[in-house]
Amino acid sequence: MNIYVLMKRTFDTEEKIVIEDGRIDEEGAEFIINPYDEYAIEEAIQLRDEHGGEITVVTIGGEDAEKQLRTALAMGADKSVLINVEDDVEESDQFTTVKILEAFFEDKEYDMILAGNVAIDQASGQIGPRLAESLDIPCVTTITNLEVDGDKAKIERDVEGDVEKIEVSTPVLVTCQQGLNEPRYPSLPGIMKAKKKPLEELELDDLDLDEDDVEPKTKTIDVFLPPEKEAGKILEGEIDDQVNELVGLLRNEAKVI
Amino acid sequence: MAKSTSEELDLIRSSVRSLCEKFPESYWRETDENKAYPEEFIQALTDEGWLSVLIPEEYGGAGLGMVEAGAILEEINRSGGNAGAGHAQMYTMGAILRHGSENQKQRYLPKIASGELRLQAFGITEPTAGSDTTSIETTAELKGDRYIVNGQKIWTSRAEYSDLMLLLARTTPKDQVKKKTDGLSLFILDMQDQKDNITIRPIDTMINHATTEVFFENVEIPVENLVGVEGKGFKQVLSGMNAERILISSESIGDGLYFVDKSVQYANEREVFNRPIGQNQGVQFPIAESYMDIEAAKLMRNKAAEMFDEGENCGAEANMAKYLASEATWKAANAAMTTYGGYGFATEYNIERKFREARLFIVAPITNNLVVSYVGQHVLGLPRSF
Repeated sequence: MNIYVLMKRTFDTEEKIVIEDGRIDEEGAEFIINPYDEYAIEEAIQLRDEHGGEITVVTIGGEDAEKQLRTALAMGADKSVLINVEDDVEESDQFTTVKILEAFFEDKEYDMILAGNVAIDQASGQIGPRLAESLDIPCVTTITNLEVDGDKAKIERDVEGDVEKIEVSTPVLVTCQQGLNEPRYPSLPGIMKAKKKPLEELELDDLDLDEDDVEPKTKTIDVFLPPEKEAGKILEGEIDDQVNELVGLLRNEAKVI
Repeated sequence: MAKSTSEELDLIRSSVRSLCEKFPESYWRETDENKAYPEEFIQALTDEGWLSVLIPEEYGGAGLGMVEAGAILEEINRSGGNAGAGHAQMYTMGAILRHGSENQKQRYLPKIASGELRLQAFGITEPTAGSDTTSIETTAELKGDRYIVNGQKIWTSRAEYSDLMLLLARTTPKDQVKKKTDGLSLFILDMQDQKDNITIRPIDTMINHATTEVFFENVEIPVENLVGVEGKGFKQVLSGMNAERILISSESIGDGLYFVDKSVQYANEREVFNRPIGQNQGVQFPIAESYMDIEAAKLMRNKAAEMFDEGENCGAEANMAKYLASEATWKAANAAMTTYGGYGFATEYNIERKFREARLFIVAPITNNLVVSYVGQHVLGLPRSF
């Protein structure tokens, strides 16, 4: 089975994020594998261990993303590809990413492409479905269970708390949701083996793409942090007075009614 | 030996942290309370290859060095755990690796790497000799193709949880050797095979450390289990001590950072007189001071580990690292006790457990007083003080 995993290096949203000039300040941020992509990597490893084959983890980014690729290799992936756009792409959006991936997959053979349901940074959730559309293969999002039998895949997906059961033919692209599995962390032999596994680096040129081909279709106007949570207010006094005060506050201060 | 990049070292650290998350402080509190061996934790460490970090790849290990081994142990102790239950499986085999025959390496190292055999007991200290190792009285007498061992060891940790023991015994009486460091020999003792001739008596201690007294009565060791050269065991043991010092200083640093992490968190959260107690310099300063000391000790540990991995003589650095780390951590332990106040004494908060554990490294595996006299005599050229 030829398995591909789309992985994104993201900043850790559990750490403090600083925004400077409309961009996330990378200096102080901690970077991790997008947690939903970890489900995808784990599922790929389980599929490979059961059905045989090879896992290639693909990411788009700069040299820094090598660290996350090495981690994926140490978890158990077989190969990795860094599509390095550091020097070529200044601004990007989901269109850019899908366009690059589409070019990458053009000459590839694949039975299964796994991705995270969303990335925790921008959380658009678009890459998986849009890439499947470009490659003209079926796509199932937010999956919580996956069984492959020959060229069929039986999938359970999370639909707002309910479960939808789907049967689909491969090749297929799936996006992984929490609950699918428990991602492993690298063991020491895994880390040692990863040193010898291939990490291929490609640039736009290698994919026959120009900067113009991947120019984003959207423009970011502003980037800002959510307002800081303020201390709550406890109203006191008779219930009637409290209700009056609450309505007044909602109307005049919060301006929601 | 392979060297890790800083990224690989980060990955080692984060993987060990992930493993340790499965063994939260409640786990360690329970094993401490029940004086139980943390078998599940040690098994997990073994299964994921962490204890065979120092064993060369050709014998089934990772083939890494002190830098990586230290990072692993440091992270375990920083998580609130106690690496002491398994650290010796990492380094006791060093004597076989450095001084053993190829046959011994083939016979033992792969099984130690896989965890099939545990070699994590080292019989060296005796009740009458203490730190004066050349005065040990346990004897090994050659009869035919076997050595017959009689005597007694004390403070032999994990003897009940080890298949093999590295044993130092006298093969030539002290009054018949030219140098007093001669006449001692090092053996691999198969404790399973000889269990009828060995009595292990656990010593109840202030911490959960599985330490014991071991008695040998006509214990038989085949000649092929003599490590290195007969009569040169003391020297062979010394070369392994540096590894132990570096790893112990790493555990101690882990403890120290645990205390700092915990103190900072508690001092920020706990409010008394309507403000976090960390706002008080009496609380804040000891935490900051001990943190600086730990960071400095870490530099010495790093230096010693790098020298060890380069094959340089790091006796002074390894000893100084152990001293600096354990003293700095003891400062941090006391800062944590002060920060937590009465809650520091409540077992539920874990501080008192770690406090007890951290105190060990001031006296073991060698007392800091002897480190100081070593530095005075051997590093600075002052007169021998004992």
